[in-house]
Amino acid sequence: MTLLSIQNLTKKFGGLMAVNDVSFDVDQGKIVGLIGPNGAGKTTVFNLITGNYVPDQGEIFFNGHNLEGLKTHKIVSLGIARTFQTIRLFKNLSVLENVLAGCHCRMRSGIFSSMLRLSFQRKEEKMALARALKELEFVGLKEHMDLKSMNLSYGNQRLLEIARALASNPKLIVLDEPAGGMNDFETQQLVGLIQKMQDRGLTVLLIEHDMNLVMRICEHIVVLEHGALIAQGNAEQITSDQRVIEAYLGIDEDEE
Amino acid sequence: MLKYKNPLMVLVFSAAIFSCPFFLNAYWIDVINNIGLYAILALSLNFIVGYTGLFHMGHAAFFAVGAYTAAVLNTSYSIPILLLLPVSGAAAALFAYLVARPIIHLRGDYLLIVTIAIVEVVRIALVNNVFGLTGGSNGIFGISRPEFFGLTIRRPHEFFYYIWSFLAISVFLFYMLERSRFVRALNYIKNDEVAAEGSGVDVAYYKLIAFVLGAFWAGMVGNIYASKMTLISPESFNFWESVILFVIVILGGSGSIRGVILGAFLIVGLPEIFRQFAGARMLVFGAAMVAMMVFRPQGFLPPLPRKYATHKIKPGDETL
Ligand SMILES: Nc1ncnc2c1ncn2[C@@H]1O[C@H](COP(=O)(O)OP(=O)(O)O)[C@@H](O)[C@H]1O
Ligand SMILES: [Mg+2]
Repeated sequence: MTLLSIQNLTKKFGGLMAVNDVSFDVDQGKIVGLIGPNGAGKTTVFNLITGNYVPDQGEIFFNGHNLEGLKTHKIVSLGIARTFQTIRLFKNLSVLENVLAGCHCRMRSGIFSSMLRLSFQRKEEKMALARALKELEFVGLKEHMDLKSMNLSYGNQRLLEIARALASNPKLIVLDEPAGGMNDFETQQLVGLIQKMQDRGLTVLLIEHDMNLVMRICEHIVVLEHGALIAQGNAEQITSDQRVIEAYLGIDEDEE
Repeated sequence: MLKYKNPLMVLVFSAAIFSCPFFLNAYWIDVINNIGLYAILALSLNFIVGYTGLFHMGHAAFFAVGAYTAAVLNTSYSIPILLLLPVSGAAAALFAYLVARPIIHLRGDYLLIVTIAIVEVVRIALVNNVFGLTGGSNGIFGISRPEFFGLTIRRPHEFFYYIWSFLAISVFLFYMLERSRFVRALNYIKNDEVAAEGSGVDVAYYKLIAFVLGAFWAGMVGNIYASKMTLISPESFNFWESVILFVIVILGGSGSIRGVILGAFLIVGLPEIFRQFAGARMLVFGAAMVAMMVFRPQGFLPPLPRKYATHKIKPGDETL
């Protein structure tokens, strides 16, 4: 079953075609990779999905909803959570409170019930706390929950972003270069974590430069170049695709 | 012992404050009353400036709307001023909603400029008697005193209990709010708007609600102020008042209830103690601000980290 369907998506920045007529589907329960050279338009696709940018053309359907015109927080409450390529944590707040941010959209209590500490508000807070602790345990950061998030190591900050995203109880999680800045060991842990997310029933869409990681865990891979989709398929199909080798893998090797 | 340090401090402070009427004369009680009023106003501004990090220097406008609502309805229709307390709040909240809505997306310095403009526009409108209700630059006089069950509040010593009870209740309610998803959401916005929205917080809504709630409380203080003075005029709600409130929040500790209260004591109370140097007030003010920004940018008493009862969560507990 298709969970996310991207159809003829186009986004221009001035004269630059950042995303050019891109269409692809993400199936329920799969781990899908979005790859391509720097500046190919991957992050822009994510920002279009999450409503940070408005597409010039094209449509995005998620779980039966057309996402057109929806604000980001609304899209989150429909079940799409994200992490950012450049880490965006709430630096001055604790690790725990960062994760509680994800719970926010699943909570209902307002000003009055909070001021008066009504029983349902207390119950909801407790349930949110339990959820946040569960997600911290899931990513392995529970022991750091009282630290200010800015005092975490770089790799742990990435994990915290994942925990925050998971706390919103998403159906689809979109990860923008989750292994960026991680060492080999941390990347290994991350692979396990992403597979654990799949086991939980989540659908994962990820951007990643670490080809090794992508080929290992992605069941479907979409390749962008200069904003256009040039290939999609499984790892085998992608690695043997002539255009991909020329456009992407080739360049990457030249650079290194 | 350490565990009860904070409640103990609150207790000691409350005892000290509420013992004031027993040994201070009317003049000093009035000073304490003014500190109380500024403290509540600054606590209401704290929602916008402190928790949410929005540069809002027009809070006197909301205060004015509350005060004038009370004054007009009380003098024209003889509605008891105390009954008008929520009405003053609601009027200020509605006003805040209307003016904040179009400007809520503005950032930092732009928002600052617009909010300064709002307070000036309100003052000038009051001076020019725009609706024929506000009495122009003379203002409105003959506002009645609050009455509790036949007991009229008139002397500073009586206002003391009114104002400081109101402050105590406000602090209690705000403290509860601090430990809820509401103030957390405001803090997320202060830290990173994009991440807050991306985590599912309706940023525009919460910013607006911060304004509305802050204005509601400022409007109620306007009501208390009107009944305390019995005469209000536009000059009581000028830009300088907004600046003082802003400084109380920043200097005391953005987003910190105890910090804001301390700030009110410092900014409103100290000048009274050093009256002979009144001429140098601005100078000291400016120097203090510069020194703070350099040495203690988070204010005298920044917010403490919130505590969560994580130890009460057991593995099998129901989760969200
Ligand atoms: N907000 C923006 N304004 C202008 N140009 C942008 C913006 N965001 C991205 N771009 C441009 O769009 C292109 C695609 O960027 P991006 O999606 O970040 O690439 P990727 O994530 O694949 O490295 C780049 O050329 C980038 O400079
Ligand atoms: Mg990118």
